[in-house]
Amino acid sequence: MQEVNQELAIKHGLTVGEYNKIIELMGRNPNLVELGIFSAMWNEHCSYKSSRIWLQTLPTKNKYVIQGPGENAGVVDFGDGDVVIFKIESHNHPSYIEPYQGAATGVGGILRDVFTMGARPVANLNSIRFGSPSHEKTKYLLNGVVSGIGGYGNCIGVPTVGGETEFDECYNGNILVNAMNVGIAKKNKVFYSIASGVGNPVVYVGSKTGRDGIHGATMASAEFDEDSESKKPTVQVGDPFTEKLLLEACLELMQKKSIVSIQDMGAAGLTSSSIEMASKGDLGIKINLNLIPCRENNMTPYEIMLSESQERMLIVLKKGKENEAKKIFEKWGLDFAIIGRLTNTKKLELEYNKKIVCSIPIHSLGDNAPKYKREYITYNYPKSINHNSEIDKLDIKDSLLKILSHPNYSNKSWVWEQYDHMVMTDTIQKPGGDSAVVRYHGKNKGIAATVDCVPRYCKAHPKSGAMQAVCETWRNLISVGAQPIAITNCLNFGNPEKKEIMGQFVDSINGMKEACEALDYPVISGNVSLYNETNSVAIYPTPTIGGVGLLKNINNMMTYNFKDSENIIAVIGETSGHLSQSALIYDIIGNKEGPPPQINLKEEKKNGLFVSELIKNKLVNAVHDISHGGIIVTLAEMCMASNIGAKIKVSGSNTDKIKYLFSEDQARYLVEISKKNLEKIKKISATKNIKIDFIGKTQSEIFEIENNLRISVKELKTNNESWFKNYNKS
Amino acid sequence: MKLQVIVTLKKDVLDPQGSAIKNSLSNMGFKNIEKLRQGKTFEITIKEKNEKVALSKAKEMCEKLLANMTIEDYSVKAIKE
Amino acid sequence: MKASVIVFPGSNCDRDIKISLQKFGIKTSMVWHADAKLPKSDLVVLPGGFSYGDYLRCGSIASKSRIMKEVINHSKKGGLVMGICNGFQVLVESGLLPGVLIRNINLKFICRNITVKVTNNKTNFTSKAKRNSVLEIPIAHNEGNYFASKDLIGQLEDNNQIVLQYCDATGNINEQSNPNGSMKNIAGIINKKGNVFGLMPHPERAADSLLGGIDGSLIFKSLK
Repeated sequence: MQEVNQELAIKHGLTVGEYNKIIELMGRNPNLVELGIFSAMWNEHCSYKSSRIWLQTLPTKNKYVIQGPGENAGVVDFGDGDVVIFKIESHNHPSYIEPYQGAATGVGGILRDVFTMGARPVANLNSIRFGSPSHEKTKYLLNGVVSGIGGYGNCIGVPTVGGETEFDECYNGNILVNAMNVGIAKKNKVFYSIASGVGNPVVYVGSKTGRDGIHGATMASAEFDEDSESKKPTVQVGDPFTEKLLLEACLELMQKKSIVSIQDMGAAGLTSSSIEMASKGDLGIKINLNLIPCRENNMTPYEIMLSESQERMLIVLKKGKENEAKKIFEKWGLDFAIIGRLTNTKKLELEYNKKIVCSIPIHSLGDNAPKYKREYITYNYPKSINHNSEIDKLDIKDSLLKILSHPNYSNKSWVWEQYDHMVMTDTIQKPGGDSAVVRYHGKNKGIAATVDCVPRYCKAHPKSGAMQAVCETWRNLISVGAQPIAITNCLNFGNPEKKEIMGQFVDSINGMKEACEALDYPVISGNVSLYNETNSVAIYPTPTIGGVGLLKNINNMMTYNFKDSENIIAVIGETSGHLSQSALIYDIIGNKEGPPPQINLKEEKKNGLFVSELIKNKLVNAVHDISHGGIIVTLAEMCMASNIGAKIKVSGSNTDKIKYLFSEDQARYLVEISKKNLEKIKKISATKNIKIDFIGKTQSEIFEIENNLRISVKELKTNNESWFKNYNKS
Repeated sequence: MKLQVIVTLKKDVLDPQGSAIKNSLSNMGFKNIEKLRQGKTFEITIKEKNEKVALSKAKEMCEKLLANMTIEDYSVKAIKE
Repeated sequence: MKASVIVFPGSNCDRDIKISLQKFGIKTSMVWHADAKLPKSDLVVLPGGFSYGDYLRCGSIASKSRIMKEVINHSKKGGLVMGICNGFQVLVESGLLPGVLIRNINLKFICRNITVKVTNNKTNFTSKAKRNSVLEIPIAHNEGNYFASKDLIGQLEDNNQIVLQYCDATGNINEQSNPNGSMKNIAGIINKKGNVFGLMPHPERAADSLLGGIDGSLIFKSLK
């Protein structure tokens, strides 16, 4: 075996300090296999060394949380013995290198994280962010990623029901692919990864092991440079057909009483799964590498341990249950191999050709992994900017159409029609609305899910941006009539060794913390992706939030399309005219300066609960949360979704009108009210001290702002539906 | 024995993938391509010393599974290991 | 009526079709592809999904499954067979229906509600629909482009084997309403005998008002 020295350790992505710590923990120099294992477990992706101390400050409990962070996914109580299990994860770096496979394996990985807990996956969501549309790689990446997400999700038969797609030049060198999955299970049939029972057999199931993705986890923690093209061989290749078989086989086995613990082989494959299971149980594990099903000849122990071949699981079975389990996996045509046993040595021991090729104290890999408190700065809320000179001569109609036809605000059906969003026949609200809703199979309740972030807000002021992301998911769940339960987070940032970036991270955590606490909406799972930089240019801080809510009765689900003409339109919440970082100022005018809108958590809660009550008492016909583009764009979306127009009145100078229509003040909703409910709503809003503006009414076909603009809803749609088609034509 | 099977689309069958690939190449600067059709190749290592028998088995594989005889043609040949 | 739904490795819509069949009072059993025998059935359903990952050609490997011998016998005896989406692909690969289903002309997977015209309502599968009525049913496929030789298309037309054709909301069969390039906008066909039906749209996704539409119900009602 190759001689291990400091130089080799550095090549493996370890620092000198980390290498010395390994020697200290081992009491000797590690061999190559051991070095490889440490490098995989101690890189950022697996160890969370830059983020752990901050993640531990997040709120992770409320009365619904059964399992918070620390397991493969989080678990929340949905009543009647039903639970919902969900998580979001990133697959950014591989997707930049090979977009189809990178995105596909991202979907595959998050699916496994959910079904390894005993849940049948019922919904996929994703958040994908690309560079500027004019950047030479964007079209290729967009098509590859969308095809990959569809290719994997469709084949495995889980509907992809929601997401976000965005373009900004800050992602030119680093795209983001965050994949979320939601599954359902019975409360008393949730499976965890804590191994127990010395002597219990450790079993490998799924695809054979090949040389895919060796050092994939290390790549996830590295910045890109001009050599990124040559990194291609390290991308994993996914096989959704095998994953479907694996899913069915695992769920079938889970019906029996034979599993002690189970974990999927994700980043750092066999290494991370075996180590995490054993160390959680405070046990050791001994594996015979000659028994690992391999796809290639002559794989070395190093390669076997670090391979990131997909669609594999590691299971600790109860003694005596091996044959029962084997039969199930054979029926589904999958490899099944008893590869080792749990021991009481508290060591990871690997045997190969009758020799011990690795012996590492198990806790040194996980619990004793480095934990850094990196230097960071704190960002003050930027000074406000007066945009009057930029907007006083703006034409409202022109501005509206520019936003509607902008890639970030265009109709995204080009994207989600490539995803099967109907399979499993439980999709009650499909992509395009505030939240996706899937019926809890066989029951009368629903699961609402949404994923959001506004990175330009986060860049302007990380703390506010992160708070806003949490609040927007909360509002999106409320808008469909669901009760928000908990969130999962995917924190995408640049290089944490730079104090400016670490500062963005810390501020984001603090912003999330405050919002989660105020809304009783904790974090139950998540993922951190750092080093999203190319040639030292970082992405905007992008804390993507995935929110899940409970819809007690699916017949009470709310939608955002107008239901009839001659109904009243109202704005709930205060409009103060904040334009900085809005779609109008940032994307259309091109001014990137200024603070994001302020978040008032008390207002968010108050207004949200009011809207919930209106929906519950059937006092509103349509609800849409006011976000990008402000009232005017939100209103246009409600019209386009229904082919029903609107007529509203705004007063003041042109500047005042633009501020009112395009500002992105938070904690607001647009609602449609039948005349018969008007008085009741006025009464309730008065008692609850809710700001509500009755701005106009719905009407047939025409979208109108009195004395200002008149346009057919048809024309709005033509403008809104053309960008993706035209972009991808050639 | 190693055999190579090539499966191609019959002449008149529509090939949307082939068209897209040709357009892509054209956009990349390869302007002289008149036609492009996409096919498949299979490399089969078979335990059979007699070449005639091996080729006949391969033909059977094609007609039963590897090629859709409605829209595809096939050719088989032995290749050097 | 008793139905058997065949489950191949990779089938995804088996549970979905079972729910719809049972909703309309059709007793349904699930049959594993490797089984040697079919239970006594009036109707055999090949569900949607990605059997064998769509490897080689969609439906090609599934069409060689052990159970398919029994399905072919069942159809020879006059039993009803319905293949939905991937199931339709298995039917053409197994020769129970003529023609082939190739890649969508725009090369992208499409999941969308479309409208089809009931061109032939004198079949076991469409008898409860009015002739030339328009049904809104979702599609979700990447290889739904029906292709056949000119002669074969002529035969299908002469024998009234074309059952469903993609059309616009008012029933016009035209290029704009064709989502995948299928010849003659063909969305569903039957065999000459009229007992085997293949269709690309998913009726089980349009049989529940909560899911957005119930036009698919007509097919299940016709089967009863």
